[in-house]
This record gives sequence, structure tokens and C-alpha cells, in this order.
Amino acid sequence: MSETRKIAVTINGKRYEEEVEVRWTLADFMRQQLGLTGTHLGCEHGVCGACTILFDGYSARSCLMLAVQADGHEILTVEGIAPSEEQMHPLQEAFRDNHGLQCGFCTPGMLTTLLEFLRDNPDPTEQEVRIAISGNLCRCTGYQGIVAAALDAAQRLKAAKEAS
Amino acid sequence: MKPPPFRYHDPRTVDEAIGLLSTLDNAKVLAGGQSLMPMLNMRYVLPDDVIDINKIAALCYIRETDGVIEFGAMTRQRDIEFSDVVKARFPIIHEAILNVGHRQTRNRGTIGGSLCHLDPSAELVTMAAAHDAVVTVAGPNGTREIPFAQFPVTFMTTAIEANELVTGVRFPRWPAGHGYGFVEFARRHGDFAIASAAALLETDSNGKITRASVTLGGVSVTPVRVRAVEQALIGQKGSEDFFREVCEECRKVAAIDDVHAPANYRQHLATVMSRRALVAALGRVGKA
Repeated sequence: MSETRKIAVTINGKRYEEEVEVRWTLADFMRQQLGLTGTHLGCEHGVCGACTILFDGYSARSCLMLAVQADGHEILTVEGIAPSEEQMHPLQEAFRDNHGLQCGFCTPGMLTTLLEFLRDNPDPTEQEVRIAISGNLCRCTGYQGIVAAALDAAQRLKAAKEAS
Repeated sequence: MKPPPFRYHDPRTVDEAIGLLSTLDNAKVLAGGQSLMPMLNMRYVLPDDVIDINKIAALCYIRETDGVIEFGAMTRQRDIEFSDVVKARFPIIHEAILNVGHRQTRNRGTIGGSLCHLDPSAELVTMAAAHDAVVTVAGPNGTREIPFAQFPVTFMTTAIEANELVTGVRFPRWPAGHGYGFVEFARRHGDFAIASAAALLETDSNGKITRASVTLGGVSVTPVRVRAVEQALIGQKGSEDFFREVCEECRKVAAIDDVHAPANYRQHLATVMSRRALVAALGRVGKA
């Protein structure tokens, strides 16, 4: 058993206090120790983007961080995107309606990446969307459905904002 | 694909970090982690101790004074990308940083980490070479400064000692109205560049080039300034045809030969990238 540390981290609004091996990545900690398996691990070296989470509101690859580094921070994973169990987020609805996913492996990373992107760029061009997801690999959709979903989600989010 | 066991340290000050580096034999400094973490996951590195410097708040800053911009070593690439000062006064750095990985990696990656990792195709390393940046390094006996020309020793190897820590880097500013251009060739957006080029130009009132900086990234084991091209430009009026002729010199640069591209292809790309960077730079002279 290697060195461990006690950390306190807030994930999707819930606070966790856990003893964690210092060598564990944040992704493995969330998946294996907390059972939050929504975050996927594809390459484990920062290329595929499937493990993208929002760390204090900014996207980051959870395979490229240690769990101990999350001590005192706030994390949002795919499990925390929907407003409730009955209702999906407009971004998730846009993915469903535009065939933005097939096998679903890349989806957690796509959603977290686009959540940050659409927050910072509420009215993006197609080219900007393609650059935004350039760090997320998808082997099913050919990206067309994902790009369409992102553009659609931008409209839905704008409409929701204007309605509120 | 999991990091090997190590002891973990998270110092709050530079002195504490230097103290650890001076006493630990096989330690690695963890900055933004966008290169070291993959290397740990793949067990390319097997440190006994990892020194995480993310809690040293004093290393996160962007300061501009007297025509020089200084970045603290732990300044995130994201903060450089969104810096108004960088955008206005160092537009080439802004242009180059958009090619550094992806949003998710720029949110974590740091300038100090990038310089110390010294990947041959790293855009920020290319920027440091192009600007004759000066690296500040802290060690047990105080701080010292390393001009960037002396910072890379060879492939992914810097001039810093095992008990030293990079604390910041200074970029001298090019005057208002200078021309700039950064272009790169990569298989996919955000991938490591097979070849990149950075060009900075100043001209006199007659349009003759008075000062030039031309740097190639990804071509050699470290980013290189192409002095022969820089010298050939001085006193001349730029044009695409003239740049095409001058940039042939880039074919003489000793190039990497690996699975991604043979050396002669990199040399060919070097001539094309440097010409395009110079054309972009010339078109922007006097515009900012």
C-alpha cells in the first residue's frame, strides 16, 4: 500500500471526505472509489477527452490530475449535468434529437466540454464548435451529429435564457 | 496505465520546493501535469517523489513593465490565451497559444511546465526562442537568469539543475507596428506540430526590413532560430517570392527523422511554414 491522504471534494454538489492513494488519478478515484462511472476512461494519457470534467468550472482531463489535487475543489461530471432525474439538460436533449451519440463512450467528455464552451461562447459558428471538440475523439458519429447537437443546444440555451 | 507508487509533496513556497529538490534524489516537479501525468500513467517516468507546485500561488502572475512581459512559471496557458495585454502587445503569443493542445489541456497546462518539458514542437518554447526570452531559475543559492538561447541543452533537456526550479520567464516586447505570423502543420487540430514557424519583422519608413526573427518548431530536437534567413532579410523589401528564395535555407536545418515524418519532409515543411509565417508578418507590419 502506498501513501494515502485524506481529501474533501465536492462532486455534483455532494461533499465527499475520503482517504485516497496519492498515486491515484482523479478519474480512477471517482470511478472506482466513489462509483461515479459516468466519467469514461479511454486512453488514460490525455488524448481522447472521454474523461473530461469541469474542475472549478473549467474543463480538464481527469486522467491527467491526481485525486489529491482535487482536495478543496468543486467538480462537475456528466452525472451532474441534468437538473433532475426526470429532466435532461438542453444540451443532452439536443444530443438525443440530433443523433449526437451512438455508443455513448465519448459522450460524457463531449457534454462537459461543450457545457463550458457554450457558457463561454453562447453563439458559436460551426468551425468554432469543431475546434472546441477537437480534443474529444468519437469513433461512431463522424462528428456531424455532435456538431449539429452543439449548434442546436446553443439555440435552445439562448431561447431558455430569453424566456426566463 | 496507472502511475507507479510515489511519495507526494505539495509545498506552499518556492523555498520549500527547493528544499525538497535539494534533499530528494529521484523527484519530479508536477506543474500543470499535461505532460508529466501521461508519462506517469504510462510509467515512462518512475519518480520516488512527486513535488506538486500547484499550491505555490506566488508563481501565478502576468506582469508587464517597461516593454517586458513576465509570466510566473505556474501561469496557466488559459490565462495567457485570455490576457488582454498579451493579445494587444504580444499578438504572436496569442496566435501561437491557440495551437497548444485543446481547451481542456490549456486550462491546466502552464508556461513553466511547457518550457521545462521542452517538447521540440511546443509552441510556447518556440515563442521563447523567437523572443530571446529570459528564464528565471531559483536554487539553493538564490536565483539566476538563463537567456533562452542557452536554455535548451538537447532533446527535451534543459540547462536547469536537479535542485533548481523555474520560477518565471520574461519576454521582451517588439515595438508597436511590428509584423508577426505563426503557422503550424499538424495532422489534426491540437496535435503536436510536425513543423511550425514563427516570424517577427520590423521595417523602416521605406519598407525595408530592419529586424527579423524566424524560428522553427517541431523540425529539430529543439526549436531553432534560423539565423541565415534572418540575416538575408535585413535591408531587403519583403515579398512572397523573395521569402520563398530565402527560406530555402531552412532545408539545411538538422531535422528529426521519426515515425511521424522523415527528416527531408520536415525540412520541406520548414521552408513552406517559414515562408507563410513571413508573408503573414509582412502583411501585418504597421497595423497594430
